[in-house]
Amino acid sequence: MSLDAKIPQGPLAEKWSKHKFNLKLVNPANKRKYDVIIVGTGLAGASAAASLAELGYNVKSFCFQDSPRRAHSIAAQGGINAAKNYQNDGDSVYRLFYDTIKGGDYRAREGNVYRLAEVSVNIIDQCVAQGVPFAREYGGLLDNRSFGGSQVSRTFYARGQTGQQLLLGAYSALNRQIHLGKVKMYTRTEMLDVVTIDGQAKGIVTRNLKTGEIETHAGHAVLLATGGYGNVFYLSTNAIGSNVTAAWRAHKRGAFFANPCYTQIHPTCIPVTGDHQSKLTLMSESLRNDGRVWAPKTVEVANKLQKKEITAAQVKEDERDYFLERKYPSFGNLVPRDVASRNAKEMSDEGRGVGTTGLAVYLDFAEAIQRLGEDTVRAKYGNLFDMYYQITDENPYKQPMRIYPAVHYTMGGLWVDYNLSTNVPGLYAMGECNFSDHGANRLGASALMQGLSDGYFVIPYTLGDYLATIGPKPVDKNHPAFEKTKQEVIAYNNKLLALKGNKTVVEYHRELGHIMWEYCGMARTEEGLTHAKGLIKALKADFWKNAIVTGENDEVNAALERAGRVADFIELGELMVTDALARRESCGGHFRLESQTPEGEALRDDENFAFVSAWEFKGEDQEEELHKEELIFENVKLSQRSYK
Amino acid sequence: MSTGNMNLTLKVWRQKNSQTAGKFVTYKAEGISEDMSFLEMLDVVNESLTKKNDEPIYFDHDCREGICGSCSLYINGHPHGPKKAITTCQLHMRTFSDGETITIEPWRSAAFPVIKDLGTDRSAFDRIQQAGGFISVNTGGAQDANAILIPKVVADEAFNSATCIGCGACVAACKNASAMLFVSAKITQLGLLPQGQPERYSRVQAMVAQMDEEGFGNCTNTGACEAECPKEITLTNIARMNNDFFSAKLFREEHAHDHTGGE
Repeated sequence: MSLDAKIPQGPLAEKWSKHKFNLKLVNPANKRKYDVIIVGTGLAGASAAASLAELGYNVKSFCFQDSPRRAHSIAAQGGINAAKNYQNDGDSVYRLFYDTIKGGDYRAREGNVYRLAEVSVNIIDQCVAQGVPFAREYGGLLDNRSFGGSQVSRTFYARGQTGQQLLLGAYSALNRQIHLGKVKMYTRTEMLDVVTIDGQAKGIVTRNLKTGEIETHAGHAVLLATGGYGNVFYLSTNAIGSNVTAAWRAHKRGAFFANPCYTQIHPTCIPVTGDHQSKLTLMSESLRNDGRVWAPKTVEVANKLQKKEITAAQVKEDERDYFLERKYPSFGNLVPRDVASRNAKEMSDEGRGVGTTGLAVYLDFAEAIQRLGEDTVRAKYGNLFDMYYQITDENPYKQPMRIYPAVHYTMGGLWVDYNLSTNVPGLYAMGECNFSDHGANRLGASALMQGLSDGYFVIPYTLGDYLATIGPKPVDKNHPAFEKTKQEVIAYNNKLLALKGNKTVVEYHRELGHIMWEYCGMARTEEGLTHAKGLIKALKADFWKNAIVTGENDEVNAALERAGRVADFIELGELMVTDALARRESCGGHFRLESQTPEGEALRDDENFAFVSAWEFKGEDQEEELHKEELIFENVKLSQRSYK
Repeated sequence: MSTGNMNLTLKVWRQKNSQTAGKFVTYKAEGISEDMSFLEMLDVVNESLTKKNDEPIYFDHDCREGICGSCSLYINGHPHGPKKAITTCQLHMRTFSDGETITIEPWRSAAFPVIKDLGTDRSAFDRIQQAGGFISVNTGGAQDANAILIPKVVADEAFNSATCIGCGACVAACKNASAMLFVSAKITQLGLLPQGQPERYSRVQAMVAQMDEEGFGNCTNTGACEAECPKEITLTNIARMNNDFFSAKLFREEHAHDHTGGE
């Protein structure tokens, strides 16, 4: 099986324009003859549903939440990048492209990333037209701030709630189309399988989370916008409901899963307090604009801080190590996330961590408050400070925040070509659930950009080409594939409901999370990963024997929902470990201890690993097969990333 | 997995579905740590119920950081509990004392029927937004973002209204189960911005009509909604909505008939 990414030929800056011209169009009068299924209503799903409905397609939109407005894009804090160069500080489409390729440690496609940078400017225009209240300067122009991995200010924001405002914008566009009858919305409905006919995606199987009813839906194409899989680690900054089930079930129906081991550990999260913890809370990267990251210089001082014998304020200036500023003078506190996270871990590993667990470093605003005044700091970051205070009972205006890395985003996902099509014709993946644009590490404020780029500006073009090719003949809902897939889903759920063992699903999930964090987290080794693989296999066997799933199918049953999701996470966990084992190099968020520079930075092996890993499902409990898509760099020179 | 030393008594509303009657059931929550969030405390209770093969307590929740608007518990007579300006998921057990009895109910409003235990159906809110909570602009073709100048104070005020998370605490707090704070927040956000002007009056009429159809009560200016709103949306929003609504009625009747959402 050859993987054709379908990157258009020609100069980088012309690829997308030329491609758009070459794509087939669907006649306006024919568009209403096509049904499009979109799963997920975050930034990618909601924007795609609205945009495709505007074009005239009939859209069926699905979300498991009680309202499309609650998709987890809502929680993104810091901002969205766009190469507007409103600040006159040297930004350009090419610079955003370059920063993103470099930030991703040269493991993304040039063509995709350039397109992303190119349409970034349209996203801001679109959102403002919808009434998204971005931050403004006194003259009425849009304000910007900087984010990690870049030396220009290109991040647009709405206080610390940018994701919320962008999602509510997309939700409003979606609502308009529901009002006009072009989108049929299904809330509290979870996708549990893809229906394929002759190798093409033609529908989905869903469970109505209120009644338990298992239903089938037919469409000319199925678009997944179902988010990332960070919850495989149990503790992450994702919402409790965020899951891999839709993507994973699609994978088991033939869609390749790409780069599953590329996960992003975000450096600035509130540290874990205990085993009861159900999730971790991010403190936006934007805080690193003004906050200074430090740890004590010596283990002795760290010990005193851990035992609460002294406070952070009592640590003298010359006893502090502002380690990011020291090691990376040109980027300082604004190094990319993977670099910042690894350095924080290093401090804790050396015994220089703070807080009662020693698993934290400081993010200190004392200098910013002195320089800007408390009011200015409050205006910029007030809601984040409040959030921190709520959770920790510590006032960050008076003492530095304690932060530690936590799982935040997954760069891997379903393999897609330049058109966002998976290798299963008719099955598309957008936003975090695909793998396409961030390489081995995503830069801050780029997730919102990619979600909206895919939904507003890419899929409306590329989907038309496929639909024009297959023609508007209605999908045969009586085809036996629908009933067959539905019965398989029912049988699988019954198998879950029959589990009446002695261990809760949450306990299995937590155990999986411990394995993943320990062996497939910030630092990975051949030995650890091999060990983890055995542990996960055993965990899976145990789950299907001893888990407890309460209740019945025909009712609201959160236990059944969680069980299905955790079962999929366990399988995905094994694939992540397999992928991490196969990639014997370090790159971005994937750090193999065996492959590092003398200074301890990630050491790539471009000769042997400049490819996308795309995994093919081969059957239950079978090893998956690796397919490689070579990455070709025609415009940037691969080099060791340096933020010094 | 108990990690703390607080012991609490919970009186929890249990209801199988919208067709059956519900009742309070008493549970013990033991070994609770004050660092737990309220929902993590319920997780502990649910884990122990599951171990006994009893049905866990259903409640809506997702992001657990105060922004998705899913969680919706009526705790000791207050939506989202006793503290101001937070959601249930941001409430921590250090707010309560050891030995306390805590009463937990779902949102109470005819327009929010219970689907199970503490979870309610809030789709009426979506239908109100669908009626007109948008600016009719298709994807593509928008002008440059900086071509629209918006004074900072106006942008900030629009943002304050836009922070509504659609949780429904305002309805739950109101003796009339009025949704006016929720509806007025969107009307105010879009009504303040230049982009929102063309549909300003048709929008308010369409959204208010849908709000009435859903069975929400009227506003009698008690202010309980403002007091309980986790995002501190102010009553000024309702005043603005009323103002736009009356203007539409008095001077702009014609707009009421042409609200198609544009195409």
